[in-house]
Amino acid sequence: MNKVFLGLLLGAILGAIDGLTAWFTPEARAEIAGIVIGSTIKGIIAGILIGVFARKVHSLALGIVFGLGVGLLLAFIVAQMQHGYYFQIMLPGGMVGLIVGYATQRYGRGPKLQQT
Amino acid sequence: MKSLSDRVVARLQADMQIPDLSGTRYNLLRYVACGGMGSVWLAEDTVLKRRVALKVLDLAGPADDLDVRLLREALILASLEHPGMVPVYDAGTLADGRAFCCMKYVEGQTLAQRIATLNLPDRLRLLERVAEPLDFAHARGFIHRDLKPDNVMIGAFGEVLVMDWGLAKVGVTSLEAGETEIATAVQPTQNSLRVTDQGSVLGTRGYMSPEQARGDIEVDHRTDIFSLGAILTFMLTGSAPGELPAASGSVLRPLRAICEKAMAGDPNARYQSARGMTADITHYLNGEPVSAYPEGLLERSGRVFTRHRTAVVLVAVYLIMRVLFILFERR
Repeated sequence: MNKVFLGLLLGAILGAIDGLTAWFTPEARAEIAGIVIGSTIKGIIAGILIGVFARKVHSLALGIVFGLGVGLLLAFIVAQMQHGYYFQIMLPGGMVGLIVGYATQRYGRGPKLQQT
Repeated sequence: MKSLSDRVVARLQADMQIPDLSGTRYNLLRYVACGGMGSVWLAEDTVLKRRVALKVLDLAGPADDLDVRLLREALILASLEHPGMVPVYDAGTLADGRAFCCMKYVEGQTLAQRIATLNLPDRLRLLERVAEPLDFAHARGFIHRDLKPDNVMIGAFGEVLVMDWGLAKVGVTSLEAGETEIATAVQPTQNSLRVTDQGSVLGTRGYMSPEQARGDIEVDHRTDIFSLGAILTFMLTGSAPGELPAASGSVLRPLRAICEKAMAGDPNARYQSARGMTADITHYLNGEPVSAYPEGLLERSGRVFTRHRTAVVLVAVYLIMRVLFILFERR
């Protein structure tokens, strides 16, 4: 699978799961739809960025580091908007980035070489 | 007195085995090895200034059609241009009447010698490369019929060469139209038919298929698949075939199944091509399912886990972390 598409898909799935877990927090349950949509969009953005990076840089270690960084950064922005819950938001966000970073490097298919 | 005459006779016999290269472009350097048909000598090509291997028949004996077989081998090798085949440079008859064949001199080790230093994946990759020239030859209608570890050489640059096509057979049915001429040129003569195709058993015990051992005339390329399975068995056990490798754990079971399928008594139950067999070996190396081995759910799960261990661990850690967060929030 194309690295960018794989990143997008994984980011969306893990982002959605991330958002759905808010259902277990009673005070956030009323806003679950908005949380899931926001979390999914965050995952998609992270996935695309990581996928594009994986297309350019073929290194498992760098892919993981970049994924972790993007995941933490986006999660930090979200936590800033929430004015708190840094640990609860940034740890899963970083994990999602790490997983997507690993998966795009390990399982994603690079662009086809053009024949001249 | 008797021992002196024995020594003289032995010396004379040894001298008689030395090929007479007068009138040729070759200078004899040294003796290399002996084979079923004759001996192999290292020589120098005086025109091109390079070292070559000369395969020379022993002095004419009762099986006079050996020269025909040597010529057939030269013709077969000349018609099969592949990196896994030893190039033939010349063939003919020496001044002493012995047939010879001049080939590239390959410095290296036999498969039997090489595998001692290799781990299992490298051994399997080596077998994949043995199958390449074999598959190439089969596609052109040639059957080796004497495939064994001693007939596979690994050259100085890591090239894998299938040697000794002296027992090779031409199966005209699978030849393409353009290769009919070659087939005609290397078709066995009336004389050689007697030796190689009419009931006589030629080959190497343990590596020879049952139909070949029975002397069946209608052996096809699947006899080489059997030999390839025997070589795989040798690679797994380190000893000549006869006993299949014991299935120790789930790692060897698929390989054992590949051996069993390749060495099935019924040619129809074997892999139908060398490529088919190596595809299974490639699948095994990649941690993918092997067609010869129907695995259970537990084994499949174990294989998938082994293949994607890091991904599985990462997702598991993520899920555990999520569950811990939920439990923490509920407190």
